[in-house]
Amino acid sequence: MLEFDDIQYILLTRAPAITGRYEFLSFRNAAGGRAWLAAILETVHSVQQARASIEKDNRWVSVAFTWNGLQALGLGEASLASFPEEFKQGMVARAEILGDTGANRPDKWVGRLASAELHALVILFARDTAERQRCESEHHRLVMKCEGVEVLSSLDLVATPPFEYAHDHFGYRDRLSELAIEGSGDEPRPGFGGSVKAGEFILGYPDEEGSIPPLPRPEVLSRNGSYMAYRRLQEHVGAFRDFLRQHGETPEQQEFVAAKLMGRWRSGAPLVLAPHKDDPELGADMQRTNNFNYKEMDPHGYAVPLGAHIRRMNPRDTAANMNRRRMIRRGAPYGPHLPEGTPEDGKERGIAAFVICASLVRQFEFAQNVWINDKNFHELGNERDPIIGNQDGTLEYKIPMRPIRKKITGLPAFTTMRGGAYFFLPGLKALRYIVSLGTAR
Amino acid sequence: MSDAPKQNDWSKPAAMAIPEGGYFKDKIEQGRYGPIFPKTPACYGFSIIAKIIPGREPNFYEYARNIEKAVAGQPDCLAVLKLHYLRWNLFKIKGDNYFQYMGIFDTDFDKYTEDAVAIFAATGLNTVFENLEGFPKDWKTNAQAFIKFVRDHHCPSFLEYGEYPYVSAEEIKKALKLKAAFSDMLDQMQ
Repeated sequence: MLEFDDIQYILLTRAPAITGRYEFLSFRNAAGGRAWLAAILETVHSVQQARASIEKDNRWVSVAFTWNGLQALGLGEASLASFPEEFKQGMVARAEILGDTGANRPDKWVGRLASAELHALVILFARDTAERQRCESEHHRLVMKCEGVEVLSSLDLVATPPFEYAHDHFGYRDRLSELAIEGSGDEPRPGFGGSVKAGEFILGYPDEEGSIPPLPRPEVLSRNGSYMAYRRLQEHVGAFRDFLRQHGETPEQQEFVAAKLMGRWRSGAPLVLAPHKDDPELGADMQRTNNFNYKEMDPHGYAVPLGAHIRRMNPRDTAANMNRRRMIRRGAPYGPHLPEGTPEDGKERGIAAFVICASLVRQFEFAQNVWINDKNFHELGNERDPIIGNQDGTLEYKIPMRPIRKKITGLPAFTTMRGGAYFFLPGLKALRYIVSLGTAR
Repeated sequence: MSDAPKQNDWSKPAAMAIPEGGYFKDKIEQGRYGPIFPKTPACYGFSIIAKIIPGREPNFYEYARNIEKAVAGQPDCLAVLKLHYLRWNLFKIKGDNYFQYMGIFDTDFDKYTEDAVAIFAATGLNTVFENLEGFPKDWKTNAQAFIKFVRDHHCPSFLEYGEYPYVSAEEIKKALKLKAAFSDMLDQMQ
């Protein structure tokens, strides 16, 4: 049984929000940091609370810490040492493994996200802009009251038009890979191979191996917690549209090229099920849009190219132990919408996402290192993920076609990593435990 | 990594001398579990050498028969490891028994290391390792400990050679399939 009253809502629930804000904090003073936590704790929803009042709530709050942050709040040495190596090192130290090199490297990141002083993160999702602004001022007042608490940077999230469904700035439909966790109450959708064991995402429960791996100590700190990798990815919408125009003469041909990079039409319809023509109804139908495999239905990549984004991020039946590599994704677009036909305005826009999993090295880092950035994934030789891989203009992208394939050389970068960090997302009891670190025992 | 230009050169046999320690100091690639040993004309590989717990030698011969059966029963059971060849040896040093496990494969061990651990458990490949001194008892749930054992007992090459350098097992199989299909086509045309 999952402890819904202790698990932070964001792990299992999606708030019906159209806007939000992330604030990145630093604690100069442990007592001040704990005072801040004691106050904000009151606003953090558990899964149970969020589910009970999702219709009437207007804002949803989550809190998470870097390893440096746990140290700054006064966590003891033995406890700090019991966290996994990659979390202790942090995302900056893992940059080469993650492909955050060249234009993506940490010394170019914004918002002081690469700083060792980054200690905590508050994620706010709000039903509307007025509520977001109200929460922002309320949080500002709280921060002013707590000694040594500093906001390093923040990021406002805004849904981009059209608003009927979630999508990124390139126009691709988002949130298509919603998996179901065993015991969460969510029904697995066709194409996911059933639900995934809770231990793959929430600490303290058996994982797909059937056992509970060693966890950070004490148990009250780790139980019902999880890890989050934050990625702020700038999307170069102008460059993306130029590329489509360069490789497609008609709007139909441009849509086709966009679909081949992703493996889905921008409507979400998967190429395996709709290889020649878009089918927006299929794209929006959660019972059908994931119901396909590769080994039998598309072994050579005539529908979804072998290096396409969705084939790398979820190789389905062509990967071993797929359920050991699953991840939960949360997040939203940021920055102004660039209307079709408008030239690139140079403003930063993109997607600010969290990848949630029980083991950063086994799940998130594997996806970055092997699926996204291994040039020889599926024997491709000289490719990386065309959407989020580290692209420096020297790699190619192959689209299998009969009788001969189309090979695009010198693929440009459509995204740039602008900052990120590893966070620990504690359960509510664990948050209270951290608050109590200052009291004499 | 600068492996791209080398890949088309399968027709030209190549040898590579590797510095002491197993790495080229100026171009060490970091993997998730530590630095990655370089790809050579003989692709990736490892040689694990470890001492056997005294008295456990018979287990190794039993294990050999088990692996033979496992692969015969399910020929693709090791596919995840992207192997070319595996060799197992037993030998003595000053009266003590040692075990060597040598593999040649197409992906650096670091990349699919958790899948390898899972394969070990599923196929019974593990049983022989449990007879080695220092093998972590909690290896099934502690990938980190398993990987540390492998890294600690790996003896990196100082020289590797490939008659058809850098070619993957997948490419070889594809070529042989093509050859078979082509012969078949010619037969059909008679």
